[in-house]
Amino acid sequence: MPIHEKSLIRPENLITNDSLVIDGVDVSGHWSTFIKSRTITDYNEAMEDEISALPGGENIHRCWQCGSCTNACTVNAVNPDFNPRYWIYLIRQGLEEELLRDKDIIWQCVSCNKCTYACPRDVVPEGVMKATAHWLELKGHTPKSPSTHFDEGFTESILATGKIEEGRVLRTFFQRTGQPLNQPWLVALVGGLVKRFPLGYLIRMGWSTVFRPRTSNWSRTGRAIEEYVSERRAEQAKALGLDTEGGH
Amino acid sequence: MAGDLKKVAYYPGCALEGTGHSYNRSTKEVGKALGLDLVELKNWNCCGAMEVKNVDPQVQTYLSARNLTIAQDMGFDTVMAPCNGCYHNLKKAEYDLTHNPQAAQVTERISKKAGHKAYEPGGVETIHALDWIKHGVGEEELKQRAKGKLAGLKVANYYGCMYTRPRHIFPEKDQGPGSESTSKPHFMDDILAAAGAENVEFPLKTACCGGAHSLSDSDISTKLVLNILTTAEACGAEVIATECPTCHSGLEMHQVRAEKVLGRKTSVKILYFTQLLGMALGLSAKKVGVQENLSDPSEFLRLKGLG
Repeated sequence: MPIHEKSLIRPENLITNDSLVIDGVDVSGHWSTFIKSRTITDYNEAMEDEISALPGGENIHRCWQCGSCTNACTVNAVNPDFNPRYWIYLIRQGLEEELLRDKDIIWQCVSCNKCTYACPRDVVPEGVMKATAHWLELKGHTPKSPSTHFDEGFTESILATGKIEEGRVLRTFFQRTGQPLNQPWLVALVGGLVKRFPLGYLIRMGWSTVFRPRTSNWSRTGRAIEEYVSERRAEQAKALGLDTEGGH
Repeated sequence: MAGDLKKVAYYPGCALEGTGHSYNRSTKEVGKALGLDLVELKNWNCCGAMEVKNVDPQVQTYLSARNLTIAQDMGFDTVMAPCNGCYHNLKKAEYDLTHNPQAAQVTERISKKAGHKAYEPGGVETIHALDWIKHGVGEEELKQRAKGKLAGLKVANYYGCMYTRPRHIFPEKDQGPGSESTSKPHFMDDILAAAGAENVEFPLKTACCGGAHSLSDSDISTKLVLNILTTAEACGAEVIATECPTCHSGLEMHQVRAEKVLGRKTSVKILYFTQLLGMALGLSAKKVGVQENLSDPSEFLRLKGLG
């Protein structure tokens, strides 16, 4: 049963008659607003199964559309178009075209877990948002989001050394997303630090660049994780019907 | 709490070796001042933070579990993690290994290949720095030791997301009087009140700072942080006390960014609760690493007679 939130009805689907009389009652203007009925024929029936095959999406089938997730959502409060309940509905119905209208904002989930806390059905909507964002990327609907670039750079660092060094993660991220490092606010921030605590700060920064923090005897562990991740990647590509050679 | 908190295993995590170094420093100094021993985990690794789970959640479980194995091998039944991200992930690993056979299987597999014993749930309890001080020392002793040094300091206590959500990974919370609450946490309030601080009524204790997208989606983070900063000010707070390095540096970074990008200046100070507590116990501002914070509260601290 669809839920009609007024904000979800697009203007082109609303009909308002300037002058209309029904059974002798004048319902002109606002009183005669109707939602245009549509016939949808092209469902993507595989979409729910594909998204539930990706990490985080496993419990999407449990959703009963109560809307607690959207009600609790941090990002929804900033941007009303960010609507997890609605997207879960679209995915379960196979309404791919509708979902794609919001493809560029789904990755913006901040993982605050308010939805997961509120969900009475253990859907883990936070995980579903991540799975959906990955599905969009894997299917080629969106390029890798800044968040995916960040996650990948971060994970690579852990696989290589067992730890992360924030400076390196930051530089990798800015480089991969093609942003300059000299953002005015970043310059102001680092400048303030160096001014107050010049020697100690520079020594520490230099130290961690040269002597990258690492967990010793990590290479075996890193390899074991990498092996597992690439197996999972292949499984996921298969579940999504992708060519395993190319892609992500 | 599991055993004796006078000597526990210590898992600082990556952020406390980087931008959160002053949290590391102040935590250790407070421990020293209160007679609480910390023994750092030998050769620990990153818990997976907020990023690895987006690549694969089971890898995050393994990474966290490896640290729990180390704690156990070192003979500890309690590990203390001051970072919300680390604390959350170690708790989550404990939960997942108990409830999700697939997680247990993957941890078993990777541990075996890496050449160490897989962690078995139930072996080690993960606690936060707040639990450590609240239960390891208690408010009575804090009261006597601090002698009301924070009197007149108006504090908004900010806990962020990962200390309380999702609630199912924190089975010890929401257990009635004395336990921590996931909807209205109070351990930091209790500790700072014992040191004399005046805690303001602050509705955004567990609001999100957008830390996961601090860099990848800076505009949303700036909006969320600005909301926290202006609300704290509207509630009458002079200081926001933090207990997470990601929240803390997020608040500091986006306080600057809000001013530079949106032209919205806020003046509320941001300090780790361990820094405030340390200064209440008579430690200098330098000793608790105030000079390593991204923002500079030194003038304010001088006015308040702290540090």
